[in-house]
Amino acid sequence: MNSHITNSESQKTVSRLPTPDSRLPTILEMRDITKSFPGVRALDGVTFDLFAGEFHALVGENGAGKSTLMKILGGVYPHPQYGGQILIEGAERRFSGVRDAESAGIAVIFQELSLVKEMTVGENIFLGREPRRFGIVRWNELYTRARKLLDDLHLKIDPRTPVGQLGIGQQQLVEIAKALSQEARILVLDEPTAALTDAEVETLFVILDKLKARGVGMIYISHKLDEVFRMSDRITVLRDGRSVGTEPTITLDEPRVIARMVGREVGDIFPVPDHAHGEVVFEARNMTVEDPNVAGKKLVDRVSFAVRGGEVLGVAGLMGAGRSDLLMAIFGAHAGRVSGETYVGGKQVRITRPSDAIKHGIGFVTEDRKRFGLILDQTILNNMTLAGLTKLSGRFVTNTDAEAEAGARSMRELRVKANSVFTVAGTLSGGNQQKVVLAKWLLTNPRVLFLDEPTRGIDVGAKQEIYAQINQLAKTGLAIVLVSSELPEVLGLSDRVLILHEGRITGEFTRQEATPEKVMACATGHLKR
Amino acid sequence: MSQTANEPITDRPPVNADVTPQARPRRFNIPTEALRAYTMLFALVVIWGYFHYATDGIFLRPRNLSILLQQMAVTGVLAVGMLMVIVAGQIDLSVGSVVGLTGGIAAILMTWQDWGLVPALLAAVGAGVLIGAVQGALVAYANIPAFIVTLGGLLAWRGAIKGISVGNTIPVGLPSFKAIGNSYVAPSIGIALGVIAIAALLVMNVRRKRARQRHGLAGESMLNMSARVIIPAVVVIGFVYVMNSYAGLPIPVIILLAVALLGAFVTQNTTFGRYLYAIGGNPDAARLSGISLRRHILAVFCLMGALAGVAATIFTSRVGSASPDAGVLLELDAIAACVIGGASLMGGRGTIFGACLGALIMASIDNGMSLLNTPDYRQDIIKGAILVAAVGFDMLGRRRG
Repeated sequence: MNSHITNSESQKTVSRLPTPDSRLPTILEMRDITKSFPGVRALDGVTFDLFAGEFHALVGENGAGKSTLMKILGGVYPHPQYGGQILIEGAERRFSGVRDAESAGIAVIFQELSLVKEMTVGENIFLGREPRRFGIVRWNELYTRARKLLDDLHLKIDPRTPVGQLGIGQQQLVEIAKALSQEARILVLDEPTAALTDAEVETLFVILDKLKARGVGMIYISHKLDEVFRMSDRITVLRDGRSVGTEPTITLDEPRVIARMVGREVGDIFPVPDHAHGEVVFEARNMTVEDPNVAGKKLVDRVSFAVRGGEVLGVAGLMGAGRSDLLMAIFGAHAGRVSGETYVGGKQVRITRPSDAIKHGIGFVTEDRKRFGLILDQTILNNMTLAGLTKLSGRFVTNTDAEAEAGARSMRELRVKANSVFTVAGTLSGGNQQKVVLAKWLLTNPRVLFLDEPTRGIDVGAKQEIYAQINQLAKTGLAIVLVSSELPEVLGLSDRVLILHEGRITGEFTRQEATPEKVMACATGHLKR
Repeated sequence: MSQTANEPITDRPPVNADVTPQARPRRFNIPTEALRAYTMLFALVVIWGYFHYATDGIFLRPRNLSILLQQMAVTGVLAVGMLMVIVAGQIDLSVGSVVGLTGGIAAILMTWQDWGLVPALLAAVGAGVLIGAVQGALVAYANIPAFIVTLGGLLAWRGAIKGISVGNTIPVGLPSFKAIGNSYVAPSIGIALGVIAIAALLVMNVRRKRARQRHGLAGESMLNMSARVIIPAVVVIGFVYVMNSYAGLPIPVIILLAVALLGAFVTQNTTFGRYLYAIGGNPDAARLSGISLRRHILAVFCLMGALAGVAATIFTSRVGSASPDAGVLLELDAIAACVIGGASLMGGRGTIFGACLGALIMASIDNGMSLLNTPDYRQDIIKGAILVAAVGFDMLGRRRG
């Protein structure tokens, strides 16, 4: 669902196994796996297998049990904590822990990377397994071996570079190199492309294809179905802790997989836009943002745009194109030097910090809800009322009654699934957390709402609800600026699309004009208006 | 829960935090905060029981309890301020020295400059605020970590009092000043305060019940409701009774209670308090929600400074003189009280009630061991071990929960 639309033709030509090839040996079988947490059955008799050199996608909504299944495979939940059998190459194995699973050739790369940023690439690859003699690390050997591993993957990374200096995509590749150094034959990737640019995704896929050819079996967890369809040989869908079936990818299509994930047929997940446009509510002129870390580098370069009440303005672009920087800068929250003018309701306003922006009616659903959006330790209510607290509650002394009322109303309107407004935000699923962040900003009574990656990492059902909500908000006259890396999302929701490339606007299309091909061409800088 | 401060360090790969509510194991239905409070109360009862037995019934006598609470007053007042600092994700290592310096300033003004009681006390509190403002500004505006700024303060303010007192202990003769730390209110006033407290308790619970009904929350059982009123009421009655059977409520204890109630109100019922938790819990989210981190951090250090001035007044008055060494290591007692009371040094977690309970536990151990004539060195070792053990038990509970 990302931006591989341009590659859609080539996808089909990549040779995939039409059916699981019986000549390939089965390297992994998980039989009848059951895992219970107190009061809840997280996995209920799941059976799963993997061939050598197979790319097997594991999909399902959040909470379906994908990660739990992989944690059992990776030894995070050691043997007696689950029911069922794990067979590696036909022999039953009972892992006592992560190390044990690793020594059986299983490497799990979790969403959160487990690299030490201060250490070099080579040190990370061999962390805990440094080549040594008499307890003294043999640095030359370590770096030679790291070099060879990276060369094998055709990675142009110096093993002596500190990991912290690499981009997130390259770090991901270093993780894979590390897994290979452990001679992993089963590689589990949990949402590996969530933070990657398209170029990095391509590099990753080339490497995964190589590994496949070497006979490494891969289990790939992803929400991005286009990637799943492009890469996988078979797809297993999990729902509510059970397997809904494993089938060759070639016999499936996206709507059917989605239907299996959610347990019902989904029509078009994007609502039909039915909002009329009013006056220009917000306008930015000549916004320029300098990189706080690199002198002279402009993250955003003279960007101007206006958005009307009731309009959804999509902002597309590749990662690093300056989309988030633009919103952060307008909101008064960017660390770099910002210049440009902003107008709300036709009047020029000066915004130097977030409280100014809020005062002028700008709401900002930031990306990365765990880092920028929520206080995970606190209740839904405290999170919802944080930005609009003085308005909702009282200037100095809080009014719990008034707050709880507003919070409960938001919970109903946005259909947040939780016991009460006093549930701790950190215990919610991603979709519900995102709704809490959205509620926080709606409770500030904004006139214009910025949404930065509002559906990242949440399941299809919750996405659909958020899409409907965005449409509903536009209908009430709110001006909306939507930044998203998922092209179908931008195209499906926006009345108008702006495309940024390296900090500049390289294209603007109406809903009717916009096609994935045109937008991608502008986003990659290949087309000027 | 992924951001808890004292998250156990394990060699496991990070566990995906995006867990649905159903998949999260739930062992207890009691909220963890409440569970922690019960555990602490239980620990307190055990400690009291042990000392009462070990001291042949001296520990729980009204006279000793009165002394114990007076000993606790200074640490308690500091713990209230420290809790707010810690909740905001900061730390203040300088409070012991600030107590020494502000107490010294008050004593010098009264003894050497013949100032009256009130101006001298205002000067002490004012000096505390000023010191807090300097340190807070360095933390908030110059971006120097609070640990470093206040470590510097620990040395510098101690040096300042040594300098202005020229190394002398300054006695304070003023009877009204000595009275602050060493007198009691008449039993009738104690009873009146007790009645007011119980009435307030009733009003609060009735309002709470109404609010719950209005929001359609499940009504509490009668048992639950009466427990909410009766248990605290019994504590209040018992407290007033015990204090009155010795000499009445001690003034330092009344000051502590006032400070603690004020602190509880500020942390629970004001926007300022809410913002402190937000800043400590997730500074990025707080900043993007329009909260000024700098102003709040500056303010919380000023508040801490003011409370250090209040604590200094009690301390100096109890001793009757200001020595250049007054208040050494008090910062550690205050921090320990907060931590024992469940505050997280990473910020965002902790309650005034917990901090006061922590201070009471610390004071009880001090007092009990003194009654038992435990040698000084052994007291230090035991206190250190208890601090580490308290956090250790807490971690154990969290890992399982």
